[in-house]
Amino acid sequence: MIAIETHALSKQFLLHLQGGVRIPVLRDVAFSVSFGECVALTGPSGAGKTTLLRSLYGNYRVGSGALLVRHQGAMVDLATASPREIVSVRRDTLGYVSQFLRVVPRVSALDIVAEAARGVTLAEARAKATALLLRLHIPARLHGLPPATFSGGEQQRINLARGFIGEHPILLLDEPTASLDAARRDIVIAMIREAVDRGTAVVGIFHDAVVRDAVSNRSHPVLPLQDAA
Amino acid sequence: MSDPTLLSARGLNLRFGAVPALVDVDADLWPGEVLAIVGESGSGKTTLLNVLSGRMAPQSGVVWYREPAGGLVDVHAMPAPALRALHRSDWGFVHQNPRDSLRMGVSAGGNVGERLMAQGSRHYGSIRESAIAWLSEVEIDASRVDDLPRTFSGGMLQRLQIARTLVTHPRLVFMDEPTGGLDVSVQARLLDLIRGLVARLGIAAVLVTHDLAVARLLAHRVMVMQQGCVVESGLTDQVLDDPQHPYTQLLVSSVLAA
Repeated sequence: MIAIETHALSKQFLLHLQGGVRIPVLRDVAFSVSFGECVALTGPSGAGKTTLLRSLYGNYRVGSGALLVRHQGAMVDLATASPREIVSVRRDTLGYVSQFLRVVPRVSALDIVAEAARGVTLAEARAKATALLLRLHIPARLHGLPPATFSGGEQQRINLARGFIGEHPILLLDEPTASLDAARRDIVIAMIREAVDRGTAVVGIFHDAVVRDAVSNRSHPVLPLQDAA
Repeated sequence: MSDPTLLSARGLNLRFGAVPALVDVDADLWPGEVLAIVGESGSGKTTLLNVLSGRMAPQSGVVWYREPAGGLVDVHAMPAPALRALHRSDWGFVHQNPRDSLRMGVSAGGNVGERLMAQGSRHYGSIRESAIAWLSEVEIDASRVDDLPRTFSGGMLQRLQIARTLVTHPRLVFMDEPTGGLDVSVQARLLDLIRGLVARLGIAAVLVTHDLAVARLLAHRVMVMQQGCVVESGLTDQVLDDPQHPYTQLLVSSVLAA
């Protein structure tokens, strides 16, 4: 079953402060992913992979075309959805792991993860968050600390735990293993595979070929527009 | 997504002499939602907050509030006593300067308890108990309950104002630069507190701030104002990460990253 599909999706940035220069990034993108499938977005740096992924999350506005996401049994077009519909789609359907953790002052690593859990009590969410953090080799002594001072790799794993704890039907991953060593990377590979086996639709950007080959069923090339023309 | 709004404004206009403060402003707020109004000084954001909360009348336009029973009331057509009653019970207002709402000659506990008494609570013991519970909720030590606010620091005063506002369990809170003028470490503590309380109690809020990071942390949706007009509105992260209007692009690109 289709989880996400796009029709003639286009996106350009209009930079008013730079004299109104237009930067087209996506043109007529036809992309789809089904549940139980992992699609890797591939292409050179600057081709627009992150722009596509952020559009799929509703973080970037769609310029033209349709971006359909299966949400509570029906297809919702994020190109035309109201902000509140997008909030609802994100809560129940779309999980997203960004490249960098956005640190909230004073909030502990454990609570950053636990508050992204869905449909469980606070105690259950904390138990689940603890288990996930331990699985990702974040030692228990760090769970109660705000992650502002953590290393890049630790912050990335906290971000991963936050993305995975909700077990959303669709998961978007932007370079989830960029700052991780081989042992930690393999844990993330296992977590992505388990999610796909559960039926999650995964769309990811994986520069690391080992990760890409290990988790993805197929690739979707994103080409820079001047080359694609 | 056609569930009823908690607060809706249509066609608000207000001029101060030649200066347009509000130009054809529409706004909607749903239960449990946090809406941030951002823009630079003089853009009309505090005026909008005052008009939405009935504290200032628009020259044209209407503000509807949905009462708990489901009926709509026109905020600017209400008799003054009914509006005051609304401000004492269903609504709360957090001022940038806590001295504007606190009574500096009354103890901290008295400031919190006063709002409960205004709602009709009469049992002294339970009022004091709620006051102490709310002081600890905003991280003010219970031993300070009988102290006068003038012995409190700026950050403590702001937290006391929040306790005073939330003790009556309002459905809707208006906040005007709640972290303005505070040290950054105090700001972080206060933001964390507001974020936790609003989420846990399911309070809807309209928040005026010039600080985009505050909007990102607290608000589901954001409205960007310039010279009295709403130039852009939408999902907070979408407006901040992919701003469309020249003024929003200017605001976003002008922020110093620490």
